[in-house]
Amino acid sequence: MMLLSPKRWYYMMGRKKFFEFLILAVFILFFYGPLIHMFMLAFASKYEVPWVLPTKFGFEWWKYVLNQRSLVSSISLSFTIAAIVTALSLVICLPAAFVLARYDFPGRKLVMLSFLIGNAFPHLGLYTSIGIIYYKLNLMGTFLGVLLIHMLGSIMLMIWLPAGAFRSIPRQQEEAARDVGAGPVRTFFHVTLPMAWPGIAVAAMFTFIASLGENQGTLLVGLPKYRTMPVEMYGVILDYPATAGAVFALILIIPNLILLLLMRKYVGPETISKGFKMN
Amino acid sequence: MTNEVKLEIRDMTKKYKNGDGVENINLKVNTGELVTLLGPSGCGKTTILRTIGGFLECTKGSILIDGRNIEHLPPEKRPTAMVFQSYNLWPHMTVYENMAFGLKLRKIPKAERHHQIMKMLELIKMTGMERKYPGQMSGGQQQRIAIARSLLLKPDVLLLDEPFSALDAKIRSQMREELRKIQIDLNITVVFVTHDQEEAMALSDRIVVMNKGCFEQIGTPAEIYDKPANRYVASFIGDMNFIERSDRTIAVRPECIAINSSGKEEIAGVVRAVMILGHYTEITVDTECGIIRSFVAGQDAGVFHPGQRVTLSYTKALEFLK
Repeated sequence: MMLLSPKRWYYMMGRKKFFEFLILAVFILFFYGPLIHMFMLAFASKYEVPWVLPTKFGFEWWKYVLNQRSLVSSISLSFTIAAIVTALSLVICLPAAFVLARYDFPGRKLVMLSFLIGNAFPHLGLYTSIGIIYYKLNLMGTFLGVLLIHMLGSIMLMIWLPAGAFRSIPRQQEEAARDVGAGPVRTFFHVTLPMAWPGIAVAAMFTFIASLGENQGTLLVGLPKYRTMPVEMYGVILDYPATAGAVFALILIIPNLILLLLMRKYVGPETISKGFKMN
Repeated sequence: MTNEVKLEIRDMTKKYKNGDGVENINLKVNTGELVTLLGPSGCGKTTILRTIGGFLECTKGSILIDGRNIEHLPPEKRPTAMVFQSYNLWPHMTVYENMAFGLKLRKIPKAERHHQIMKMLELIKMTGMERKYPGQMSGGQQQRIAIARSLLLKPDVLLLDEPFSALDAKIRSQMREELRKIQIDLNITVVFVTHDQEEAMALSDRIVVMNKGCFEQIGTPAEIYDKPANRYVASFIGDMNFIERSDRTIAVRPECIAINSSGKEEIAGVVRAVMILGHYTEITVDTECGIIRSFVAGQDAGVFHPGQRVTLSYTKALEFLK
């Protein structure tokens, strides 16, 4: 009990450290509290008033959620879309990133900045005007329409981060490859691309995660045919018990956590800041 | 070393947009010869090397290897190999993979590749390092691998762009010796670029002294040192005293200045400083012709002290007309 006395903590740590500690503790509580609560809910088989904690833990709600056909199909749809969006973005954005990183043409900075515009306005307004175009092009309610909406959201990162990665490769590394006999194409695939890979991987990860989480655009464009997990989430919040919602939310979060863990070596201020340099 | 010409640069001009560059370059390098391009930074020596390697296009002129014009070829098709100042090993490949890359492109069978790489590692005394990544090695080790990577491809001409200037002094001189030994053993033709005159003197069969995009003098290290063609070369290579006369400049090496012994044209002065630099002592003397420096053997230097009146004379001198 000795350690529970705040006075003891105060004098042990000193005034400054003590308040820093308090702020950190409050921050952690606010930040992780809801997350922990959600974990608890997801594994609560029996959780009734007046108990503060669940009285029985188990996988009951997991079984329930995984038995709802519409929810399961939304999971597989979400991952399919995220995978396709990531692959397509790579194919489209990498060449653009390379050109922007390596060739200095008039208006280069403007082109770079133009990718920011998509993120500079409230998305809903943007989607409304996109909706008008979609109706004209018959893209409303189509798979392609959903893919395009998802890709729109990730273009900026998908170009800026790889461009930063390409830019930071010393030219002489490529010259050394040319020198030993590799042509320009081989040099790109054996030297440039592998060396830029960390930056590209981080961008791909962000794209994948962003696609998994995209909801506004999908809701507007994809309904009623294409219901991804975040879209289903709206319904889950309204129609299902909180415990089922928690399970569903965890299914959304877990892949993100795994990806972040796998990439933790590469995700850092350095990779990100390289991408945000304009020169 | 033979007298057949391996590399020839004919009337080469390379101008950058801002007007810098090199002009009317003519150079012949014999098989097995090590020629150094020496000059201050910005004098165009790297430009010449990069045009030979194919990384820059000439504005005018031609580059021939074994009499064949290679000017129009991209770097990958040229029989040259280049070693860069910053090593430029590929960091995502192991030492072995770095060395194998070029051999693979030349479609050399796997067993033969392995044999050649192992032999090369032995030559540069790096056996057992093949699984390491460049990031795990010191600068000196990386540069050795980079040189080995180039040598493996048996280039007609090896190009070295200040390969040792990122290394510290001790390793630099050691690498210099090793490079020279391998170069002579394998009879490789080398063009070496450096701004370090000591390095150029130690390594080269011939030195090309450059200044502002032009060749000032081409000659053996001894020729360059003993008979500099002009004042620029005289001041750039080694230490030199310049004694101004009305119509000419007399240039005398510090080791040719004798103190208090009779010789031609005696100059009076006062000793300013005595500095012991190991096996010799540098004595600076204030005279009416300015400060003159003299190198005196260690055992003879003890009799001099600052403030002492002395007379200087020289045994060997060069004259440049103004």
